[in-house]
Amino acid sequence: MATFGVIVFPGSNCDHDAYHALKHIMGVDTRFIFHKETDLGHVDGIVVPGGFSYGDYLRSGAIARFSPVMQAVSDFAAKGGPVIGICNGFQILLESGLLPGAMLHNEQLRFTCKHVWLKTEAFDTPFTSAIPKDTLLHIPVAHGEGNYYADEDTLKQLEDQNRIVFRYVDADGNASREANPNGAIGNIAGICNEKRNVVGMMPHPERAMETLLGSADGKFVFDSVMQSI
Amino acid sequence: MFKAEINVTLRKSILDPKGKAAREALHQLGYNGINDVRIGKYIELFIEAPSKEEAESIARVSCEKLLANEVMEDFTISITKSN
Repeated sequence: MATFGVIVFPGSNCDHDAYHALKHIMGVDTRFIFHKETDLGHVDGIVVPGGFSYGDYLRSGAIARFSPVMQAVSDFAAKGGPVIGICNGFQILLESGLLPGAMLHNEQLRFTCKHVWLKTEAFDTPFTSAIPKDTLLHIPVAHGEGNYYADEDTLKQLEDQNRIVFRYVDADGNASREANPNGAIGNIAGICNEKRNVVGMMPHPERAMETLLGSADGKFVFDSVMQSI
Repeated sequence: MFKAEINVTLRKSILDPKGKAAREALHQLGYNGINDVRIGKYIELFIEAPSKEEAESIARVSCEKLLANEVMEDFTISITKSN
């Protein structure tokens, strides 16, 4: 049976949501992996969850990247293991250099917490392969620093290699300015690495797992990875 | 002992939302002559090192590795002797 690891930093607060999504909704063997661990043990996939690791001191994700467990996550990613960073987890993957670019404060300076529409543009990652092609995902964002930034060369590379995984769109699928919750360049909500096994996204699929709670669209992300491993 | 005074600022090409909000507030206070506000971080390091050059090199590596994110930020370092 597949086993998932959810990394726990001091200040993580979506670790239990990710655990619940995997363990109770997807029914996968899941365990927490503390930031001080240097060995992930046997895992088939890793979630770097959201929250405020190390209080977001200095910059979001800046301190977490030097925690012992992140070296192990980097090694796992280098061997092709599927890794998803959600929200603060995405910020940590950027600071670690596992994904390119950086996060700026939201353009409007407010912490934004609401459901957004997402258009999937790359279906060849382990976290998007089971998303129906013509379906927009309705899942929540909750962040103050989600304004994705990359320089022109990096952006061009991401575009050329089809590594922009998700964009913020309106309900009709247009990547409009109004649909952009934070000012992210190109309405970018999620990207992947060159090998496509590492995905970072600001929206929270683990918070959209049950229709009773508003949306189950996040399940597509976890269905994808279950089918990929 | 040396004191490194480090200023970390957002790259000029990057919009600074905090600076923009502060500028708008200053304009509301009537200071319309302030054309732009950029907000950064000021960091002090107190470094035990045999020479100024060595202290500067420690400060530089600290900036490159942790204190600044060069994707979006620039930094300047000024070193003085400190007791």
